[in-house]
Amino acid sequence: MGAVAPTNAILLAAILFGLGLAGVLIRRNLIFMLMSIEIMLNATGLAFVAGGARWAQPDGQIMFLLVLTLAAAEISVGLALILLLQTRRPTLDSDVGNRLKG
Amino acid sequence: MQQLLALVPALPLLAAVLLMLSSTSINTNGVRILGVGSVGIAALLACRIAFAQTGAGWAVQPFDVTLWHWMRIGSFAPDVTLHLDGLSMVMMLVITVIGFLIHLYASAYLDDDPGYARFFACMNLFVAAMLVLVLANDLLLLYVGWEGVGLCSYLLIGFWYDDPANGRAARKAFIVTRVGDTALISGLFLLATMFGTLSIPALMQHATTSWPMGTAMPTLAAFLLLGGALGKSAQLPLQTWLVDAMAGPTPVSALIHAATMVTAGVYLIARTHVLFALAPDALLATGLIGGATLLLSGASALVQTDIKRVLAYSTISQIGYMFLALGVGAWDAAIFHLVTHAFFKALLFLAAGAVILRMHHEQDITRMGGLRTAMPGIFLAFVIGSASLAALPLVTAGFYSKEAILGGAWDAGASGRLLWCAGVIGAFLTAIYIFRLLFVVFFGEQHHHPHGVTGWRIGVPLAVLAVLAIIGGALQTPALLGGIAIMPGILGGVFGTAREGALAVLPLVVASLVPLVGIGLAWRWWGAGLTSRFETRFTDLLRDGWDFDLAYDRMIVQPLMWLVRVNHHDVIDSVYEGLGALAKRAHAGLSLSENGRVRWYAGWLAAGSVAALAIAVLS
Amino acid sequence: MNALFTLAAIIAVISTTMVVTRTVAVHALLYLVVSLLAVATVFFTLGAAFAAALEVIIYAGAIMILFVFVVMMLNLDRDDAQRESTWLTPKVWAGPALLAAILAGELLYAGIAGHGAIVAAQEVGPVQVALALFGPYLLAVELASLLLLAGLISAYHLGRDSGRGG
Repeated sequence: MGAVAPTNAILLAAILFGLGLAGVLIRRNLIFMLMSIEIMLNATGLAFVAGGARWAQPDGQIMFLLVLTLAAAEISVGLALILLLQTRRPTLDSDVGNRLKG
Repeated sequence: MQQLLALVPALPLLAAVLLMLSSTSINTNGVRILGVGSVGIAALLACRIAFAQTGAGWAVQPFDVTLWHWMRIGSFAPDVTLHLDGLSMVMMLVITVIGFLIHLYASAYLDDDPGYARFFACMNLFVAAMLVLVLANDLLLLYVGWEGVGLCSYLLIGFWYDDPANGRAARKAFIVTRVGDTALISGLFLLATMFGTLSIPALMQHATTSWPMGTAMPTLAAFLLLGGALGKSAQLPLQTWLVDAMAGPTPVSALIHAATMVTAGVYLIARTHVLFALAPDALLATGLIGGATLLLSGASALVQTDIKRVLAYSTISQIGYMFLALGVGAWDAAIFHLVTHAFFKALLFLAAGAVILRMHHEQDITRMGGLRTAMPGIFLAFVIGSASLAALPLVTAGFYSKEAILGGAWDAGASGRLLWCAGVIGAFLTAIYIFRLLFVVFFGEQHHHPHGVTGWRIGVPLAVLAVLAIIGGALQTPALLGGIAIMPGILGGVFGTAREGALAVLPLVVASLVPLVGIGLAWRWWGAGLTSRFETRFTDLLRDGWDFDLAYDRMIVQPLMWLVRVNHHDVIDSVYEGLGALAKRAHAGLSLSENGRVRWYAGWLAAGSVAALAIAVLS
Repeated sequence: MNALFTLAAIIAVISTTMVVTRTVAVHALLYLVVSLLAVATVFFTLGAAFAAALEVIIYAGAIMILFVFVVMMLNLDRDDAQRESTWLTPKVWAGPALLAAILAGELLYAGIAGHGAIVAAQEVGPVQVALALFGPYLLAVELASLLLLAGLISAYHLGRDSGRGG
């Protein structure tokens, strides 16, 4: 049960983080941007757990729990805002909110 | 006596400040009392001090009054010290006494001028500054006085500022003297860096001990001081401003541009004569410049038609005599001539002013004539003044002072003899031009009639100055004619005992007779009033002062104006404007990145963190 | 164990790629669920069973469901999918993809280079985690609950406005 090297898990986390970042930068639809942020959060949690497994300490999993909580709170508020945006002005385009231009 | 000495410049200064502050609320009588009274009291104090300090054989007991310690910068610690010796006492008396007479005269001359209080404020400020100049024991304090008189000269030339021509004349005076002032301050810098002090006694001491005669250093310093003196005293090549300065009121011309300010250069050289004695080249230059100036301006005075311009050129010429005297080392003769010149030139200017007043402010002599019956008193004053200026033998003050100068020149070697010749020719020209003026204005037919009456405030100063212009010669007479030595006694403490050269009778007689010849010639040509005797291109050149103005315009003004036009969009400014433009463009460029798009910002965040990580990981 | 880890890792990467490149939102969400389950498997192989369970129950089970519900409420149709594909031109994704690749590369490099001996993962059981949670990390738990409360209130408030019809 302990033949996996946590280092590989960290590498996996790096790859997933990169993919998530790419998603945030590429996608214009707000829903997809939120999804990509979720991917990034998940990758971070993976890194924490891998760290905890390496040092045989529960701190990794506790941090993962907190990250999870954070993701939950953030996603609920974010989705509420998206719904608001959809009803107020029917758009999901992130480029629309550019009133801070210049 | 110490305290009294400080009061002499302080009273006019105080009066000037009070007049400036109350110029709108004070009435005419108050201005008269304050403006004229302050100088009068200063004159009384000056006489009191002179009386107390002069002892046996007319020797003056010198003393210093340190008012306060001015500043201390490292080892440079000038004090505000007033120094009274024979030279400064003579100057002080001239400034205050003649200043008082002119102030009295001015109180009537400018009687209904709206700027009455302003006039007396500036005049009092001038008297205060001039007194500081002559009483200063430190070249730095002297320079303060120097600048002060320059400022007052500017203010008073442009007194009637509504006419832009007056402003131009004032600016011209200021700028040309500024050229001289630059040379002077450079000289002061040189002396201060060489010796670490500007106190005159200390400087003279240091100069004699550290600088051998005729070497580069004292010569350079002396030439720089000479440059300053040339500017202030309107000698070649900086003489162009004095004639235009006649735009000011006549009392101003009398006080500033005849009796006192223009003699500041002579005073400076006399005061630092120890330094000049170490630089024979500078002395030679002084003498030559004096000689050249007196000839050139004397010639110009022959053809002028404005009464004040004749007197202005005459002033330049007479100061040339003083410079000539300084150049041959006859210091007391120069100062003696300064004093007598103050008497008769102030007299002439005031008399001319009286004529102008009576002739409805007319200054053109071609429109005057035959005035001697209408204004006999002024005529008499003018005659006495002209005689003294022309150095009529034996009876006038001008004769004795001019003889002292010419005698000193004759005794001073080959260059001295040359300058003697120039002086004699100059005396000839002087007699011609001043008697031409006298005959044209007061003889012949009366074309325009004068009006009014000359009051006591104009008459009394004229009378006093007329008396002084005659008896002033008694200050110093040659051995042949009585051997009175008041002036040498007073100045002995400053310049050492005068050289008693063998009295050459022949030059004395020649120099005495030359003015008489000149007067005769003038009578022959102009005795019956103005006739346009010579109207050639040469006389036009003379009338324009040998076209120095034109030359300066072509040589200096035009190139500068061209430079101004070329550099219209300032090259230096473009550096700073370029910085501004660069910043604006950078702003425009960078603000393109603020497009309000979230993904864009996230992208830049990511790029930044990539860069930071790269640094962290790879180092 | 290693093989299981490798397999789960590959599935995670592939499904995450699919998430990022889909045009229909629901498709992407489903792929995201798969990705999360794969990561849970990875947790399991690392010996973090508690974390694996949490991942499945909360992340894939609650958060993703919430996501799905909201997306369904948005009523996205074929036109939206069409618009998505127009927004996914190569001009758009070339730069960011490069940037993300560089970042991933740096992280990989940091992960690979300079570590000591390769240590095997050790199991950390739920008991250990619980003891730590109710011990040293008690305050963190309370803060987490505060955070959730804040999220709850704000979601309720924002949702109320939305319900009124704006």
